Amino acid sequence: MSSILCPEIPSPGFSFENCRRNAMLEVKGHAMPKAQKTGTTIVGIIYKDGVILGADTRATEDTTVADKNCEKIHYLAPNMYCCGAGTAADTEMTTQMVASQLELHRLYTNRVVRVATANQMLKQYLFRYQGYIGAALVLGGVDSTGPNLYCIYPHGSTDKLPYTTMGSGSLAAMAVFESRWKPDLEEAEGIKLVRDAIAAGIFNDLGSGSNVDVCVIKKGSVDYKRTYDEANIKGQKQNSYKYPRGVTDVLSTKVVDIEEVSVRVIGAPEDMEIA
Amino acid sequence: MSLVVKPNFPDYQTAPVQRGFNPYADNGGSVVAIAGDDFVIIGADTRLSAGFSIYTREQNKLFPLSSTTVLGCSGCWCDTLTLTRILKSRMQMYQQEHNKTMSTTACAQMLSTMLYYKRFFPYYISNVLVGLDNDGKGVVYSYDPIGHCEKRTHRAGGSAGALLQPLLDNQIGKKNMLNVKEEPVSQQRALSIIKDVFISAAERDIYTGDSILINIITKDGIKEETFQLRKD
Repeated sequence: MSSILCPEIPSPGFSFENCRRNAMLEVKGHAMPKAQKTGTTIVGIIYKDGVILGADTRATEDTTVADKNCEKIHYLAPNMYCCGAGTAADTEMTTQMVASQLELHRLYTNRVVRVATANQMLKQYLFRYQGYIGAALVLGGVDSTGPNLYCIYPHGSTDKLPYTTMGSGSLAAMAVFESRWKPDLEEAEGIKLVRDAIAAGIFNDLGSGSNVDVCVIKKGSVDYKRTYDEANIKGQKQNSYKYPRGVTDVLSTKVVDIEEVSVRVIGAPEDMEIA
Repeated sequence: MSLVVKPNFPDYQTAPVQRGFNPYADNGGSVVAIAGDDFVIIGADTRLSAGFSIYTREQNKLFPLSSTTVLGCSGCWCDTLTLTRILKSRMQMYQQEHNKTMSTTACAQMLSTMLYYKRFFPYYISNVLVGLDNDGKGVVYSYDPIGHCEKRTHRAGGSAGALLQPLLDNQIGKKNMLNVKEEPVSQQRALSIIKDVFISAAERDIYTGDSILINIITKDGIKEETFQLRKD
């Protein structure tokens, strides 16, 4: 029995109870709402001391920009971050869920969680949903085995790579990596390379835009540089669009006298009877 | 009606599949025009794109048809090229037959006729025709792809048209405001509003950006101007 004070605990996992109804509505010609996609550029590289992740900050809904400064580098563990491209809700929820599982795993084993573990969790979860969870991820982190970088596709396949790109701007960004990436880059060089790869996506791919976020993960430290570079400066307006007083139409007016309300202070709560 | 959700395995389907061919492309772009008492201004962004990629950042989408008439086009670029090529030759034929240049009003009517001629295989273009009428007053004509023509004082067309038209209705048409003076818009204000609305469009529409090309048409001729927009 459930009540307001004691609500029933919802069953875990997704709810599919509207699937049949929605299928019927779709047959009748009712269009389903569209999900917000992050037509994105996300990248990751391995450099001398660790990994560097990068992302743009545009989220789109069809051809309009839905969010001009969204966060696409998600936290997984103190030594691990994950860039997400694809359906915004899927990347956000998947990384949140895996982050909580990794924290429990860390407490249970009392060790720094390995990147390979996170990779396995993500790929098994995504494979189970056969690509319907539209999350394309770039997973990076440093553990006892050194720096690790993985590229995870929505259907659950993964690659372990020294440098990788994902999202609609992946070709533009990969072009930069293919021409300039080499093993054991210095940190400054690496950050510059990641910035340039993201900038290539921002300028040449219409699904990517706005700013560059960078996250540098080394052994024992993380440097999350939110808005590392503002690739585009917003145009300066020439006119003032402030409306003069009295321009807005008043449709109706009603004046209500406010009653004075007396306040009664209730004393300290009584102690519970435990005799 | 069955309520069962049928599994969908396209690779194993045996039913006949109808293939299609889409002859149209959407190359994006926006056009904005404002008419005044003795001038008319038209601006178009210079980005030409398809899907998620940019073809060029410097494509002129304004076509001068005479010394007092300019046509702005956005939509399917190949249709724009064909339409403007035919328009140009029709302008020349008129000149040689009648020994005078076609007026803006005549151009507007001809464009409408040419669009409706292709009623069942239309030019997929959002057209905005601007110019000075026979009294030297600024006019804006806007069209749908199959030839419906409307004369107005301001118009936003193309990929960011729906975003910008309400803004122009408010700022130029003084819509939804009380106690405002109905005064004709000045050339300087019209120009700055066009620049401002394009700044806004570039923020939210992925097909509008890079820069804008502006044509200011007065009795002294056509003046060109450019203005930079964001490039992402």
